[in-house]
Amino acid sequence: MFAYVVRRLLIGIAMLIVMTLITFVLFLNNKEAAVLASCGKNCTPAQKVEIAKTFGYDQPVVVQWGKFLKGVVVGREFPDDPALRKSSPQLVTQCPPPCLGYSYKSAALVRDVMKDTIPVSVSVASVAFVIWLVLGVLLGIIAALNRGTWVDKIIVGSTLVIFAFPTFFIGLLLYIFIALKFGWVPIPAYISIADGGIFNWFMGLLLPAITLVVFYMAGYVRMTRAFVLETSTEDYIRTAKAKGLPARTVIGKHTFRAALTPIVTMAGMDLALVLGGAPITESVFNFNGLGKLAVEASTQYDLPINIGIVVLLSAFVILANIVVDIAYAFIDPRVSVK
Amino acid sequence: MSVSGPQADTPTEVESPTTDQGSQIRGMSPRQLAVSRFRRDTGSMIAGGVVLLFMLLAVLAPILTKMKILRPYTFNSDKLDVNNGSVPKGALGGISWSHPFGLTPGTGTDVMSRLIMGMTFSISIALLAALLTVALGTVIGIIAGSSGKWVDAIIGRIIDMTLSFPQTLMLLALSSTLIYQLERLGVPKGNFARATYLILVLAAFGWPSFARIVRGQVLSLREREFVEAAHVFGASQARIWFKEMLPNLWAPILVYFTLTMPAYISAEAALSFLGVGVKPPTPTLGNILSDATTYYDSDFAYFIIPAFVLATVVVSFNLLGDGLRDALDPKADR
Repeated sequence: MFAYVVRRLLIGIAMLIVMTLITFVLFLNNKEAAVLASCGKNCTPAQKVEIAKTFGYDQPVVVQWGKFLKGVVVGREFPDDPALRKSSPQLVTQCPPPCLGYSYKSAALVRDVMKDTIPVSVSVASVAFVIWLVLGVLLGIIAALNRGTWVDKIIVGSTLVIFAFPTFFIGLLLYIFIALKFGWVPIPAYISIADGGIFNWFMGLLLPAITLVVFYMAGYVRMTRAFVLETSTEDYIRTAKAKGLPARTVIGKHTFRAALTPIVTMAGMDLALVLGGAPITESVFNFNGLGKLAVEASTQYDLPINIGIVVLLSAFVILANIVVDIAYAFIDPRVSVK
Repeated sequence: MSVSGPQADTPTEVESPTTDQGSQIRGMSPRQLAVSRFRRDTGSMIAGGVVLLFMLLAVLAPILTKMKILRPYTFNSDKLDVNNGSVPKGALGGISWSHPFGLTPGTGTDVMSRLIMGMTFSISIALLAALLTVALGTVIGIIAGSSGKWVDAIIGRIIDMTLSFPQTLMLLALSSTLIYQLERLGVPKGNFARATYLILVLAAFGWPSFARIVRGQVLSLREREFVEAAHVFGASQARIWFKEMLPNLWAPILVYFTLTMPAYISAEAALSFLGVGVKPPTPTLGNILSDATTYYDSDFAYFIIPAFVLATVVVSFNLLGDGLRDALDPKADR
């Protein structure tokens, strides 16, 4: 088990390093585009030269990538150009490890810019995750147990229809009706637990969380329903029923068990993605999470922040993959990790 | 070779050999079975009809615009209430016989014309991206499934990595640099480059999931007798790939393609909202909808109508895809 985890982690780190290289090639392979992207539309030639030097865009992509990796491990100094650092020491910024870069636009370390946004994204994501997982699985089981009846049709049909509307539309609709018109919840805003207590924290992020629930739940309903239906015809389910086990035990212990593996896979991946911020939902509700930061960084051409977020999120997903694979060994006795 | 085309009467591949009561039991090819299953499925037939209607509208829209039946670019500024933030005069966003879906606030263009024309652009982008996704996924999946251990492992890692990238963010963050590069490579500037970017990047992040499915299918196909027989007869690798295996992959290809279309139509809308993608005056379902979100207060009808049109398109494509899957592979999990 231990050896397996170590091996998977090593492979994961190797993957992340390659993915960082791909990210650098994609973002920075064209020097002029990179400079222009960091400088915006109205860029003077002097600014261009300055930016290229500050960021090290004038060097080959592989060198920049190497410096980034080195920064993550041992830290680095900005601006990148040693001559510039020497000539104007007042500009120098120390970036201790793990250094994800320096944003020229925000005049701050990428890590510091991200730091305040992470609790927002994590709060919304975790509340949404719990709701959609519980609700999705429950609705899926209910639909499967009432297969072909109007209950089944309503559950499957409504998830399909709601899912077809774009997230930002659903979010706005919730905002207009539930918060503005009916006033059932306060105007959505992020209030940290330390500032306002758990209740205010929860009520403030309820609508963005529900928006995410609507987007993610449909898949869980469909998958749970399909797997419960598939297993309900198995011999061991018939045996369980025949020996007189109560329906609750049959469903909870035998039927649902089979659906657990695919649900855990899906849940692990989705959680990793949503923890890394929900760009659309956060933009609609004006929550300063990682997702909104990414949107702003893209519209303001802030490449270092974009790269930092992409690397961080990729690491989340890779880690989630590993956790899911390890979880298999606990859920499914047929799986053994070597 | 399409799966849903009209069938010849003579059975081509008889699944179970006819016995002595053969006059009663007529052999049916898998294709005939699928078609008859699909025909019995009323919901999917309706969804298929709606999809066909939308496709027809999308094809005809440019012609209708040329004939001035649709006027997506005509400003009816006389019908706007200038004193009230240029919201259309009249109830429900200016809905009337000449403008059944009302007028766009601010510009006064006909919403229905814009939506139909927008369908042309949205469906074209989704169609090209889905075709590219499925083509890439099929080719790479076949190669991974039928090559040796090393090639398979390398492709497997590439698939893992591509799926590990945060897709929405990559699409968003890469747009500034990659669109610029496309323009430098000679793609016409502006909306054409933006649409090309969308198509290429959606496909670039979309192919791995399908390649995985194809690989799985190929792994089981290559153990089948007809592939072994082809090997024994000395068939070339290309022949085995394209003549023996590909015909057996049409069912998953068709199903995946049909389900990818609505996903990409939604993706176009989501990216439009985030500011990536085709910009007005060229209409797409996405940019109409994201424009509409700014009027949720002043013109509720305009806020609602494009969303319902988009949802109808997406739902009918999804239902069609589900129906095709049920018809082509009754055992597939849903």
